[in-house]
Amino acid sequence: MTDSDILVEVRDLKVHFPIKRGVLFDRTVGHVKAVDGVDLRIARGKTYGLVGESGCGKSTLGRALLQLNPPTAGQVSFDGVELTTLAPNKLRAMRKRMQMIFQDPMSSLDPRQNIESILTEGLQTHGIGGSREERRKIISETLDKVGLPRWALSRYPHEFSGGQRQRIGIARALVLGPELIVADEPVSALDVSIQAQVVNLLDELQDSLGLTYLVIAHDLAVVRHISDTVGVMYLGALVEEAPGDRLYTEPLHPYTRALMSAVPVPDPDVEDRRERILLAGDLPSPANPPAGCRFHTRCPWAQPTRCADERPVLREIGESRVACHFAERIASGELRPHKVSVEIVRPAGEGEEPDTVSAPSEPGSFV
Amino acid sequence: MTIISGKKREKIDRLAELAAREDERGVSLWQDAFRRLRRNPAAIVGAVILAIFVLVAIFGPFFVPYGPKDTMGIREGVVKVGQGLIPGPSSEHWLGYDHQGRDVFSRMIIGARQTLLVGVVATLIGLALGALIGGVAGAAAGLGGRWGRMVDATLMRFIDMLLALPSLLLAVSIAALLGPSLITVMIAVGMVSVPIFARLLRGSMIVQSNKEYVLASTSLGVSKSRIALAHVLPNSLAPVIVQATLTLATAIIEAAALSYLGLGNPDSSVPEWGVMLADAQPWLGIRPALAIYPAVAIIITALGFTLLGEAMREALDPKLRK
Repeated sequence: MTDSDILVEVRDLKVHFPIKRGVLFDRTVGHVKAVDGVDLRIARGKTYGLVGESGCGKSTLGRALLQLNPPTAGQVSFDGVELTTLAPNKLRAMRKRMQMIFQDPMSSLDPRQNIESILTEGLQTHGIGGSREERRKIISETLDKVGLPRWALSRYPHEFSGGQRQRIGIARALVLGPELIVADEPVSALDVSIQAQVVNLLDELQDSLGLTYLVIAHDLAVVRHISDTVGVMYLGALVEEAPGDRLYTEPLHPYTRALMSAVPVPDPDVEDRRERILLAGDLPSPANPPAGCRFHTRCPWAQPTRCADERPVLREIGESRVACHFAERIASGELRPHKVSVEIVRPAGEGEEPDTVSAPSEPGSFV
Repeated sequence: MTIISGKKREKIDRLAELAAREDERGVSLWQDAFRRLRRNPAAIVGAVILAIFVLVAIFGPFFVPYGPKDTMGIREGVVKVGQGLIPGPSSEHWLGYDHQGRDVFSRMIIGARQTLLVGVVATLIGLALGALIGGVAGAAAGLGGRWGRMVDATLMRFIDMLLALPSLLLAVSIAALLGPSLITVMIAVGMVSVPIFARLLRGSMIVQSNKEYVLASTSLGVSKSRIALAHVLPNSLAPVIVQATLTLATAIIEAAALSYLGLGNPDSSVPEWGVMLADAQPWLGIRPALAIYPAVAIIITALGFTLLGEAMREALDPKLRK
């Protein structure tokens, strides 16, 4: 990939949320390291799929990329423009080039706005389309693109079905003519039959409009269907990144192997015989992540003492990037999986001492 | 053949359905709430009580048979307080005389206007001040980041101070500070409801600020002040409106209580239900009805506001929507 093909480049992005205690005066007692050092690049016109279990920080990463959650450290460059240091009004102007689709189409639409008002808001904010007629024309075209009827305009979100609401959410993102769309679990709140429609719609829109997607999901099948590149996150960091199908056929990181072995195969004979890797224990607390490799507490291939001492960085193996010290030796079968003893996860809040990083402001803690 | 005609019929039906929907406009949440309100019997009862009360308060004083300060009973020698003689209802005086020989019916009707005025103005004072403080605090806390939370904390400490005092004590202190008058009663009762409105609107706005549609607007590039005014505030108003209706009921009762304690209009010849209740106290043994009339009127009015307020709460609750 040459540099001009890259639309988004994220370098060592960190998002830490302070854990606050105290009655009168807030005292920071630790940080939830939701995203802890992520590097990724998204090529123009391609789809980057991000998977991982609940609480691994994938949504936070998506929001931090759009500067909706202020990152604690790291850089996000969008088409060559550094977003983390951009002045607020310039950032607001940039926002029309990068949009977001939300998981819950009901709560992401203002219940008191009708559809026309929802779709006009962005246009007004960015001064696109001078007159009411011009805006109506843009909105009508967008409605056609997402397959919604015209009469939708005067209606309110609660009058639509889940799939239609998600189309409204997509229309709102599209109306500004963005280049990048971050889709945070775009179909997980929908019925399976509707999921396919919405996924196909996203696919068609990418073809006709040349959009770049960052699709965040926990559904491996959905991600496989639409992604060119798939990244797997575990506890705030990428553990593996590979071209779409390759990740599914040839997972290299132990966590990815476990993830893939959880996907059922639609053939009872194969399903009965295939190897399944069950992970022991729970996801460690992101306020107190394990030292060394984040995954070593649950990894069936973990080797003493390197896995517990040294945090692996992403390195290239073939077309993939893997953060595992022993990926090759696991792939060749030289290392065999062993039993893992369950480690008790420390309850949230009993985190480490506050470190020196500046605390980002985060809604949710009020005096 | 039948399959094709069946498909055709389906298609025509769907077209007809679409055509029918096209000219029907969308139903906003307020319209929807109003629709449900009309179907609630409690709301109808409350609304009828309030309609009668408001009509009497506005137009009643033009039709009263006697002047409210006319001590005709003493002049005509029918009322002799010293002998315990206060005549009850008659065909000329429907609710009888009071201890000064005035016509109770006329005084009740003119008192309705005073009572409504006190209730409405007191609630408006509380609503305006409370919504202002709560709105600023809520918007600051929800959207303003670190500085916003400091603004919010400062405003809320002030509200907590108001909230720490028992409401009647606060009202009595304000009334004592400003001297007894009808306006004092309005201000005192209004101030008591300020913290309620402020905390309610602030809490509601903070909840709304954390909704995804606020994040969606932020990602569209909409400015924070516009998000606060166009999205967060309208979605936070429902509980405040319900509270305002309920506060009208308590304001009338509290105003009556203050008048009863002698902190209302010092000129007790101007009728007001609370004052009438206080005036009737010495004569409870002779004619308890003098106290019962205003008491029942206060209770029924407060009931009307409460019924309507509770029905509105139900109608506006999104969880109960079908």
